[in-house]
Amino acid sequence: MSKTKPKLRGAEIFVRALADEGVRHLFGYPGGAVLHIYDELFKQDKIEHILVRHEQGATHAADGYARATGKPGCVLVTSGPGVTNAITGIATAYMDSIPLVVFSGQVATHLIGNDAFQEVDAVGISRPCVKHNFLVKDVRDLASTIKKAFYVAASGRPGPVLVDIPKDVTADVCEYEYPEQVEMRSYRPVVKGHPGQIKRAASTLLSAKKPMIYSGGGVILGEADAELTEMTRLLGYPVTNTLMGLGAYPGTDRQFIGMLGMHGTYEANMAMHHCDVLLAVGARFDDRVTGDLEKFCPYAKIIHIDVDPSSISKNVPVDIPIVGDVKSVLTDLLAQLKNHKQKPDQAALEAWWEQIREWQGIDCLRYDRKSKLIKPQYVLEKLYELTGGDAFITSDVGQHQMWAAQYYKFNKPRRWINSGGLGTMGFGMPAALGVKTAFPDETVACITGEASLVMCIQELSTALQYNLPVKIIMLNNRYMGMVRQWQEFFYDKRYSHSYMEALPDFVKLAESFGHVGVRIEQAADVESALQEALDMKDRLVLMDFVTDQTENVYPMIAAGKGHNEMHLPSERELA
Amino acid sequence: MRHILSLLVENEAGALSRIAGLFSARAFNIESLTVAPTEDDSVSRMTIVTVGSEEIVEQITKQLNKLVDVIKVVDLSESSHIERELMLIKVNAKGPAREEIKRLTDIFRGRIIDVTENTYTIEITGDGDKLDAFIQALDARLIIEVVRTGVSGIARGDKAIRA
Repeated sequence: MSKTKPKLRGAEIFVRALADEGVRHLFGYPGGAVLHIYDELFKQDKIEHILVRHEQGATHAADGYARATGKPGCVLVTSGPGVTNAITGIATAYMDSIPLVVFSGQVATHLIGNDAFQEVDAVGISRPCVKHNFLVKDVRDLASTIKKAFYVAASGRPGPVLVDIPKDVTADVCEYEYPEQVEMRSYRPVVKGHPGQIKRAASTLLSAKKPMIYSGGGVILGEADAELTEMTRLLGYPVTNTLMGLGAYPGTDRQFIGMLGMHGTYEANMAMHHCDVLLAVGARFDDRVTGDLEKFCPYAKIIHIDVDPSSISKNVPVDIPIVGDVKSVLTDLLAQLKNHKQKPDQAALEAWWEQIREWQGIDCLRYDRKSKLIKPQYVLEKLYELTGGDAFITSDVGQHQMWAAQYYKFNKPRRWINSGGLGTMGFGMPAALGVKTAFPDETVACITGEASLVMCIQELSTALQYNLPVKIIMLNNRYMGMVRQWQEFFYDKRYSHSYMEALPDFVKLAESFGHVGVRIEQAADVESALQEALDMKDRLVLMDFVTDQTENVYPMIAAGKGHNEMHLPSERELA
Repeated sequence: MRHILSLLVENEAGALSRIAGLFSARAFNIESLTVAPTEDDSVSRMTIVTVGSEEIVEQITKQLNKLVDVIKVVDLSESSHIERELMLIKVNAKGPAREEIKRLTDIFRGRIIDVTENTYTIEITGDGDKLDAFIQALDARLIIEVVRTGVSGIARGDKAIRA
């Protein structure tokens, strides 16, 4: 006779299921609809709950955690405003294909649709920015829905999943059993690439005269950096990474020719324009990468590997599409390349590299290194040197983000954490807290601007409560720098509402939150100030670098231009 | 080009809004959309008529397939198929027009399914062109109400779409 299992309340099932799923950290904020769950969290110690100060911070922190670890980030918020505050963070994760599982409280099932207190249609409001979402109407579906949510979030092309749980479901009881695995007839991600297509890709790659490898965030998400690196070295071809793909190939390797796109390097963009075979891996041909589609890679045969069929030929028609998990496809492709009779045309390759070295000679990332004013690029170069390129770097959105991508060389994946797709200001600091939660012993720095930082400044409080001593490197130019740059270039210097008036005293602000604040005004002080901050291992340091106000991000491809139409810094601007 | 997409989807709350939302969010066209459960009540069958270039319809198909609730997507217009639409139409049927409408209904193989002193309600099935032609054939001033279901489609021959 089998013993009947004890019956548990939904809230207890929730906590047990998370623990059984291996969740260690949960970022959240309590409220009426999730009080049963919070009561259960109080009674256990398997899952650490990190109380944020605003639900947007919870989603960004969980997002940073997921990007750094590769495991789904986990969020718990209440109904109504709890969910709506979380939406920006969910959309951020969605655009960058980051696995998140967001649990939202909901009003009791009998009240749904009644405009009850703190009721919002969470499933409806999140639908366009989640990979999938669920409303759990019966406690007997709770455990299996949680299992499905984690499975969907982390498999295939990852993404955020929202699970909406009405309050009465967390009070109802049933037997608990966490499913070992899930089977969904309507959701079966493709893993293996088509062997015939992979064979065609190998032949095409090996017959290239001017090859180019363009890899994106998918290589990092798919844990395929080792395969990408091995293949690239085997072929001896040049490689560029997208903003989301930095670190997938070692940034200091001589075959790496920098980031591509709007603020990519001259050599990467010129090589894109002139290449005859382009291998795109886990990249989605975003408009910031391609520039004008009419002018994109005019001479190239394009091979595209992606786990998401809808990414293929969405913006740019592709000659050899390969749908599959990048790690699996690259492994198969590597085997094909190794066993192939044909070898890369060394003479052609040498001529191609010579051309690329010539483009590199332009030194497109040069700036005035002798300036007395603090150049933002200089701060990032110094940070790179002092951390040996080994820190986790999160960033906000704008000029500082581009400079960080250009001047910090990432040799490892998952070290560069930024909101590439949605471009969410306010992302950087809470994301850094998420990374630090996962890796308490690592150096975690947030590169930000004075406009971005204040968008989620309240999370300084979370940092103190949970002892998350990240370094905040704020490049303060008293402008929304990227907006100002566009207004300078395209709006005849009419700086409409891009000037940050009435800024706080950031040193005092940091101190009032219980942290260390430092203001740096001289270029000569940059290095020592950074070193001091890095040495304060157990303190959060907010560094207010007062930078050159009018510095612009170069190189730049203006909207509607092609890769071969870059705007380089003029000598006057460098003087 | 006009395409008829036939979908099998999980018969769950929200599946319809996911699909409708996808079309509006990505600026795809919907000419018509019909949906109802199949013999297996966990599965709904949906027919969507859309218009777009080959590239756009390919993208629509891929995006639909990506939705977790969608089990299968088939473009019926790629091969031989049958499409039908049902129309209910209420018309003023007084005086000499009353007999004329009756004759017209017979010609189009429709049926009068409700009668009052002043009106007929007519049921008629066929492809969209046939229903359009029937409306054209009527005196526009006589039409009180038109209800069309949108297209349902099925492949000809042995082919079938199953979960």
